[in-house]
Amino acid sequence: MKFEKNLKDIEHKINELKEFSKEKEIDLSGEIEKLVIEKETILGETYKNLSPWDRVAVARNPKRPYTLDYIEHIVEDFEELHGDRLFKDDSAIVGGLGKIDGKRFVIIGHQKGRDMDSNIYRNFGMANPEGYRKALRLMKLAERFKLPILTLIDTAGAYPGIDAEKHGQGEAVARNLMEMAGLETQIIAVVIGEGGSGGALALGVADKVFMLENSIYSIISPEGCAAILYKDASRASEAANDLKISADQIKKLGVIDDVILEPLGGAHRDHKVMAENLKAKVMEAYEEIKTLPISELKDLRYEKFRKMGEVNQGV
Amino acid sequence: MGIFSINKKKYATLKIEKKKKEKKVGTKKVEPNITGSGLWVKCPGCNEIIYKKDIRNNEMICPNCDNYFKMSGQQRIDLLIDKDTFEEFDADLSTKNPLKFPGYAEKIEEIKIKTNLNEGAISGVGKIYGMEVSITAMDFSFLAASMGTVVGEKLTRAIERGIERKIPVIIVATSGGARMHEGILSLMQMAKTSVALERLREKGIPFISIPVDPTFGGVTASFAMLGDVIISEPKAFIGFAGPRVIEQTIKQKLPEGFQLSEFVQECGMVDIIAKREDMKKTVHRVLDNLFGL
Repeated sequence: MKFEKNLKDIEHKINELKEFSKEKEIDLSGEIEKLVIEKETILGETYKNLSPWDRVAVARNPKRPYTLDYIEHIVEDFEELHGDRLFKDDSAIVGGLGKIDGKRFVIIGHQKGRDMDSNIYRNFGMANPEGYRKALRLMKLAERFKLPILTLIDTAGAYPGIDAEKHGQGEAVARNLMEMAGLETQIIAVVIGEGGSGGALALGVADKVFMLENSIYSIISPEGCAAILYKDASRASEAANDLKISADQIKKLGVIDDVILEPLGGAHRDHKVMAENLKAKVMEAYEEIKTLPISELKDLRYEKFRKMGEVNQGV
Repeated sequence: MGIFSINKKKYATLKIEKKKKEKKVGTKKVEPNITGSGLWVKCPGCNEIIYKKDIRNNEMICPNCDNYFKMSGQQRIDLLIDKDTFEEFDADLSTKNPLKFPGYAEKIEEIKIKTNLNEGAISGVGKIYGMEVSITAMDFSFLAASMGTVVGEKLTRAIERGIERKIPVIIVATSGGARMHEGILSLMQMAKTSVALERLREKGIPFISIPVDPTFGGVTASFAMLGDVIISEPKAFIGFAGPRVIEQTIKQKLPEGFQLSEFVQECGMVDIIAKREDMKKTVHRVLDNLFGL
């Protein structure tokens, strides 16, 4: 990523010193430590001052932990479940059963790939209607067995394709929004990377909604907004700024409950620490809502979304 | 002839084909302005020059070829609701411009003056052949009836009015999708309207969705596809992603008629396609059978 340029040199120096000390068997740990501290300072400064457009790059970084990475780190006894029971299994969304901190959950999330092959298999994390219908099937399963639901959101958007349209992409997303409102179990949603429009929201009608520090949540991609409103796709960084898509801005707008901190220099630098941070927040939220009677939980969920987007009344 | 043909110099020839204008399949021609100045208009359906007043007096249908022109929100209300029974609500809502999006406030003011509308939807309570309903009609002329906080709030209040008064809810949807200028809060209007519809459903009150030409994006992906019964019009353009976005993504031409209501019905997403002149009768018949006393 462009803004990490000044880190390259110092990382290079550290590696050189390490190799040199190993080769010559000289103790350089003092010097190395100094450089490491310096590097962390630069890293901290860089990430503190990220522009919204920089954050888009971080949120889309293919080294970031994806749903299956979180599952690997924080879910015990995970068993993936497949298919929408209507048409097919969409690998752009994964879901299944497992335990977090010993507590049973149904976990559902978008899944991107890291290279061309896995991205083709995962359709770049852009789900078709069958993906959303699989997600809904698993949520209904959770409801039946009184299991809380954790959704992890990370998609550029619902897939715009011929078959997607034929099979009712709009209907599939819409259905999830409505059904999630009525689900009689706890739902916690976390935007872990890209929260791309309706395709993201289709897993996002929850009792508690969080965003990772460097994730984004948006009605349209900055590139799309720039192309349509500014008639110039190259003005995407400006659009990223105007659209207010970063976690802190979205929190200010009252759309999410809280921001989950990432390890120094972004989630991609330490999957384990990131997963632990996420787990801590999810379990804290779960403890908060688990004892609420279901009817109250649903009322609160209704109120939460009902009040979004205040308007002026009277001229 | 032989001599000439032997001596004939051979030239390299270039086949010059006239570049055919790419015909956009699935997309419709730009619709001319019926309400604006000028007495006559060229109908994109039959290419005939038609007297505008004849279109307006004919439920916005070309008298020559039955091409459907867009109706305003008010025209939709007039089409469906018994005369003198409509009471408008929430006409005085306006956006707080939550993102302070550059140029947005000015744009809204400009469109308000140009269209003489307050926002992209008109809603209220009225009667269909004596049956009271809560109705909202979107108006495409206001920023493509895009859904921002005001449209979302109006729709949600209309749904809640249905719950309070135990009367059916009708939404005539037409929209380019969510309103970009209000960012994430526009996205949340999809959730807001959908959670309200869940409550309506829980109370056993019907919701008739009438997506008309064109209905796209976040509106298709929320309330418009959640009708207990979904009724559209002939050749209405309905979809989630726009045809250009799909073509750019898959690098293929779209099939003929793609995303037109007849196609959408064939795919199982629409219950009924009703002609404009039959729309009121159709809506009433469905409501009477579902919910009549």
